[in-house]
Amino acid sequence: MRIGVVDYKAGNLTSVVSALNFLKADYFVSDNPQELMDADKIIFPGVGEASYAMNILKNAKLDVMLSDFIASGRKVLGICLGAQIVFSFSEENETKCLGFVEGRVEKFPDIKGFKIPHMGWNNVKYSEGSKLFSNIPQNSSFYFVHSYYMKPLNSADTSGLTDYCMEFTSAVERENIFAVQFHPEKSGTVGLKLLENFINMER
Amino acid sequence: MLQKRVIVCLDVRDGKTTKGIKFQGNVDIGDPVQMAAEYYAQGVDELVFYDITASAQKRGIMIDVVKKVAAEIFIPFCVGGGIGSVEDIRQVIDAGAEKVSLNSLAVRNPEIIRQGAEIFGSQCIVLGMDAKKDLSMPSGYRVVINGGRTETDKDALEWALQAQELGAGEIVLNSIDADGMKSGYELNLTKMISDAVKIPVVASGGAGSPEHLYDVFDKANADAALIASMVHYGDYSIGNIKDYLYRKKISVRLS
Repeated sequence: MRIGVVDYKAGNLTSVVSALNFLKADYFVSDNPQELMDADKIIFPGVGEASYAMNILKNAKLDVMLSDFIASGRKVLGICLGAQIVFSFSEENETKCLGFVEGRVEKFPDIKGFKIPHMGWNNVKYSEGSKLFSNIPQNSSFYFVHSYYMKPLNSADTSGLTDYCMEFTSAVERENIFAVQFHPEKSGTVGLKLLENFINMER
Repeated sequence: MLQKRVIVCLDVRDGKTTKGIKFQGNVDIGDPVQMAAEYYAQGVDELVFYDITASAQKRGIMIDVVKKVAAEIFIPFCVGGGIGSVEDIRQVIDAGAEKVSLNSLAVRNPEIIRQGAEIFGSQCIVLGMDAKKDLSMPSGYRVVINGGRTETDKDALEWALQAQELGAGEIVLNSIDADGMKSGYELNLTKMISDAVKIPVVASGGAGSPEHLYDVFDKANADAALIASMVHYGDYSIGNIKDYLYRKKISVRLS
């Protein structure tokens, strides 16, 4: 099982790569659409700003690659910004995103007592039958850093919920598309288990 | 529910962890990579490595430490000390740290905060601030640098708000008066800054017992608490501290 890690210069990949090394995963890092098309699965990380990331993806034709890859039925895991830009639209600089999952990405409302970014460890309540959270204790804590949150149009796409100033979708599973707002590569043992679950899913 | 973070700080000099009182008389206490792995196993939420190596030539040693830590522990960590340029930030981030703490050099050149936030994102850029009680300042606290040896003309509260405006994503607020004394955090200072800014505030300086962490979370609205000597010398484990906080109804991550 060869995992392609998309390198699109949005944030750094070191921590994702460290976690994959630790898990002894068979992976490669690339910004080349043809190379990535040969992967069995794709991990799509990202930290930073949505419109900047979308521009880079488009210029490198990685948006088309991801679309073709998903159409082929193979699995993709988006992490953090990588999770947000699989949605149709992000409020962050009014950015049209990839549109693989219907819905929007919105900024957390400004509520007294709730700092933005939502930064730190928070619980994820996952849906029964979730593949990503298989064998992970319910309500485990994962590490989050974000100011915008995912808002799927179809609630059935949500596989994990987290409570901050409001309850929001922290994980999405829709057919072969997986997306997590938190950083599994920085969430200790449970985070590594989640990555391992993704790696071990059948192609 | 978002959990209050317990963060261990490791002062690193020439690749070894040290701990001093009021930034003086540092003694070596161990290998930072090994210590980081131990705290990770105990369930620490985050780590800060503060490079107090005096000479720029030895910076490479710290980068090696960061790389080794990144390969072994899978929680966020921040690196501070002597970081003054975008290139310094890039080196630390590329080596695997999530965050960099900008301290004395940001006081001299606040633009580094803006540049860092624009290139790497606010979540990467932590303002490290040393504050000292000074009733001649508007907020009652003055920003000091070089481990408290040099006074600046900045007011602590104004500097916190300015750093937030420039794009800092978090503030590590160290009380020079409380640091190393083990008699508790500076609650007034912490509450004043934490209530005034919209970004998370990490309280630092003065932790000697789990009760001190309880106080800074419950009474001063800190988002996280930095500890060092209370765990470095084996007086407490991360587990002891979190059990105590949990029993006192503070939301913490139990692993």
